[in-house]
Amino acid sequence: MIIRTLRAHMRPLTAWAVLAFLIVYYLSIHPRGLSIGVLTAWSNQGTALALLAVGQTIVVLSRGIDLSIGPIMALTNCMASHLVNGGPVEVAIGMILVIATGAACGLLNGLVIVIGRMQAIIATLATGTIFSGIALIIRPIPGGDISEGLSDFFSGDFGGLVPMSLIVILGAIAAWYPIRKSVLGRTIVAVGSSESAAYASGLRVKRAKIGAYVLAGVFASLSGLFVGFQTLSGDPSIGLSYTLNSIAAVVIGGTALTGGAGSIAGSIAGALILRTIGNLLFFNDIEPLAQPLFEGLVLLVAVSFGAARLLRMTSRMEAFQ
Amino acid sequence: MTAVFARLPFDVPTRSIVMAAALLLLVGGWQYPQFFSPPYLAQQLQSGAFLGIVAAGAMVVILLGHIDLSVPWTMTAAATVATAVVGLTPEVLVSEKGVLAGLAVGAAVGAVNGFGVAYLRIPSMIWTLATNNVLMGILVYFSGFYALSSRPSPLMSMLGSGRMFSIPNVVFVWVAVSLILLFILRSTTLGRRIYMVGTHEPAAYLSGVNSRGVLVAGFVIAGICSAMAGMLLAGYAGQSYQRMGDTYLLPGIAAVVLGGTSLFGGRGNYSGTVAGVMLLTLMASILSIMQAPEAAKQIVYGVVVITMVGFYSLRERYS
Amino acid sequence: MPPPMQYLESAREGALIDAAPLLQLTGIGKSYGGVVALRDVDFDARRGSIHAVLGENGAGKSTLMKILAGVVRPTDGAISLDGEAYSPTSPADAARSGIVCIFQELSVIPDLSVAANICLADPPRTRLGLIDRKRQAQMARDVLWEMGVGQDIDVSRLCRQLPLSKRQIVEIAKAVIRRPKVLILDEATSALTASDVKPVTDLLRRLRDEGTLILFISHRMHEIEALADVCSIFRNGTHVETYPTGSRSSDEIVQLMLGRSLTQVYPPKYQVHATTEPNLSVKGLRWNGKLKGIDLQVMPGEIVGLGGLDGQGQQEILQAIAGILRGVGGTICMHGTPLRARGPGDGISGDRRFALVPEDRKYGGLFLPLSIRANLTAPVMDTFARFGIISRKAEAGTVARMIEQLQIRAENLDHPVETLSGGNQQKVVIAKWLATKPSLLLLIDPTRGIDIGTKQEIYRLLRRLAEEGLAIMIYTTDYDELVGLCDRALIIYDGCVRAELAGDDLSEHNILKNALNLGEAPHSREAQQ
Repeated sequence: MIIRTLRAHMRPLTAWAVLAFLIVYYLSIHPRGLSIGVLTAWSNQGTALALLAVGQTIVVLSRGIDLSIGPIMALTNCMASHLVNGGPVEVAIGMILVIATGAACGLLNGLVIVIGRMQAIIATLATGTIFSGIALIIRPIPGGDISEGLSDFFSGDFGGLVPMSLIVILGAIAAWYPIRKSVLGRTIVAVGSSESAAYASGLRVKRAKIGAYVLAGVFASLSGLFVGFQTLSGDPSIGLSYTLNSIAAVVIGGTALTGGAGSIAGSIAGALILRTIGNLLFFNDIEPLAQPLFEGLVLLVAVSFGAARLLRMTSRMEAFQ
Repeated sequence: MTAVFARLPFDVPTRSIVMAAALLLLVGGWQYPQFFSPPYLAQQLQSGAFLGIVAAGAMVVILLGHIDLSVPWTMTAAATVATAVVGLTPEVLVSEKGVLAGLAVGAAVGAVNGFGVAYLRIPSMIWTLATNNVLMGILVYFSGFYALSSRPSPLMSMLGSGRMFSIPNVVFVWVAVSLILLFILRSTTLGRRIYMVGTHEPAAYLSGVNSRGVLVAGFVIAGICSAMAGMLLAGYAGQSYQRMGDTYLLPGIAAVVLGGTSLFGGRGNYSGTVAGVMLLTLMASILSIMQAPEAAKQIVYGVVVITMVGFYSLRERYS
Repeated sequence: MPPPMQYLESAREGALIDAAPLLQLTGIGKSYGGVVALRDVDFDARRGSIHAVLGENGAGKSTLMKILAGVVRPTDGAISLDGEAYSPTSPADAARSGIVCIFQELSVIPDLSVAANICLADPPRTRLGLIDRKRQAQMARDVLWEMGVGQDIDVSRLCRQLPLSKRQIVEIAKAVIRRPKVLILDEATSALTASDVKPVTDLLRRLRDEGTLILFISHRMHEIEALADVCSIFRNGTHVETYPTGSRSSDEIVQLMLGRSLTQVYPPKYQVHATTEPNLSVKGLRWNGKLKGIDLQVMPGEIVGLGGLDGQGQQEILQAIAGILRGVGGTICMHGTPLRARGPGDGISGDRRFALVPEDRKYGGLFLPLSIRANLTAPVMDTFARFGIISRKAEAGTVARMIEQLQIRAENLDHPVETLSGGNQQKVVIAKWLATKPSLLLLIDPTRGIDIGTKQEIYRLLRRLAEEGLAIMIYTTDYDELVGLCDRALIIYDGCVRAELAGDDLSEHNILKNALNLGEAPHSREAQQ
């Protein structure tokens, strides 16, 4: 039973094992070693991408993809730089508006895909350019202002023990768990596994698809907020690289782009792996000009491990799955 | 009007786009008289041609049911290598080795892309993203060591910025690329196999098609197209520069999809892609003549893609 | 099997008690574009009966079931269920009204557990509104035990990991748990292995006795005779006749279905002349624990059948020969020299040509949106291309010969192959492989889901090809086909050849006995360990 459970979660567990190894290595070469400060700095860098990867995973589980997830993040980040400041009430209302905007963007994606019957890649590509355009309008150049109190809170640590950002990540996992066990969550997985079977079984396919994109929008807005807390400003141009990295995180975390099978926790590990590698290069005195090359090669090698399944293949037809 | 269109050998997306483009031209020409001036039209064709060559390659990969996200840095890499070789051997004619080198870069990147997708079975969206990042890394790394020449060869300049009968030469290149691609897709075994692999790869394998070879060939064609576009762009701009390909990736894919090619593979006509390129180019030119800000351009762009593609899929469903 | 008199009686009793039909269709018509699938159908069915619907492919049965299940909407006519107007908008809507359909295509979700699948439509929930997995597992177990298969299926497994037959059981359980008024089975038993058929038929009878109306589509005549109370025959989109089971002879039924009488389904067999060398000889074939040392030979001119229960390794034998499987042990020789194929592509040219007609034409055999022409010439286009450029003229000639040889009925060769009927699609798959001029033809269930008329044409074609010297090996789930078509049948059990049957030994009785691994095999080649 235990072995079966382990085997079923093989790929996310591998991602976590790799991450654990990287963290230990990172702390061992870090001049200040294991301290709450180092840990906080590390987890702060990965949190925005981790939140985004959670949203992307939900969409990928439903066999979709959200190329607008980075632009939604940029848009909400820019909104936050206008709205999330001032007194506590204003900040609270601002955050609610920001998250509602993320949900609305996700809803638009879902409606275009479900009602317009469009392929997710092209639909979210198009909505993504719209969101980027709006982000540019509300904040043409990086800047703005975000509540410093909140920023200190979220980029600090909890009682000198745990980085706050790590608690945010755990919160994201905790938020997904009840969704996964709800009818909506199950339907999202069912649609990703086999849409025709889900429809024939009388499941509410459209609602589940829209729900997946709305959830992705919400997580993207949380990510946008978090970026704001770190940079204290809004930046309309961060979208594209975040979109691509969120997909990379999902794949490294062991979720199949073909839907149905995968895990939130794996994607979070994938996001943290991507960020940790960047740090490692920095501390290993790799020449700054060589850093993009190393990062690219690491991504290339990481995704190449996906080919390992070919070695276990007993039928050549399996290659096409 | 519709009767005439119905008899033309074009599919629905092509016809809708042609009508939309005609409308744009009319409205644009009515509002801005310079729209119809030959020099202006020639200029639009010129900027459309670069996109058209990228879209031609993108279409082959999309017909295979895959996607090539390595377009931006393949373009830059090909242009950079080509101008570097030109810098090393600046003599006339000999310097054209640079063009061959650039094409070889494109083919090599395509082969690596194809290898990962066909043999390692990594999803193309993620594999080509990785190769794009590696290319970027290589170019950034080497840019620090050498101050290589960024000057294009005479051939690149001539094709990229020259004109014949006041028509930009790059348009002729686009036409040539289009004719070759049309021939490949319609009349060769490779073209048939591209459609087969794109329709359903397991069925292609069970029908005796070497699907891996077809995938690699498709990505190589796309790589060569990107390389050509990159070198022509260097010829046009008079130099190669980093991030020169960034603005071609998404419009290239959008043009193909606007032209009615399914991202699931196996379905689509090249005439649609050409029409898609024209529409996107016209739109961009109208917006720039109106002096619309970048943000407005992006929004209009997104709305048009959603409207057109949504229209095709709804039409297909309810017809 | 004797005619089930007791069920007939109970059906008649039921009819007396409950005079008004549960389901009543009047003037139902359905057309897709210009193609008429159903024309003015009147149809009644009563509660507490098992009602079989018969007809050739394309007769309109599946369309009718899809209308009832809410998948498609009729163009004309009205339906009443239990006296009330019924016009479902989706399968979910139909289920709420009490009509649940088990489709031929599986609607099981591969990445969910058996329990989650069975409770998919209405899972039990905790007070917080989340799915209660404990109760869900219990409900699933209860249903499976009620169906008599509780010991066979672990409800916590993912459906992806179950064999086809068990997934079909899950599919049925999913429908049964909803306690429908009308249960529709559209070829739902065709994927069941023999050991799974019995619990399912018992269950259907029990549901019938509890008052459920069961509508039942099947191509297996003996199953219908054993199970159904009433039969309705459809032909060309019209309802031809309804009669109590057992009141018509097989010949009459076939005549009603075809609109003409069938002289003889199978062509006569010929004596195979002993020749020097087999086209195919296989020794000690092993693979992945599923094939455990298979020896076999196929002579030119011979049709050899592979039989047995589903999933005993028959398909894998054919796939191993064609080179689809990896890590295959043993030797495979064609014309005396080892064949090391890495896929069907290696059988297209050279002096050892073979062809594999795959199991599922929609999945593996055809490119549905591509033209009939492109499909027909897929494996052979290199023969009429120079430097990779296709000669249209040469292609047209080849295509014309293929159409002629297989009598493929197609209006326009440039239309997508998906516009053809199922039977003609299957002919296209066979034709494209015959064009490579193979000396060994491997077929996996080539007549599944095909109407009798086309079946007969395919049988004749295979026999004719054999006479021309082709070696043919066919895996079929239809025992009747093994007896009628094949010269020799190998019964596979658990990855081994359990028996080799030929001549008078080749009977349904012997096939079944060996398929179930009962008693002493008459000509056992490989003894069971």
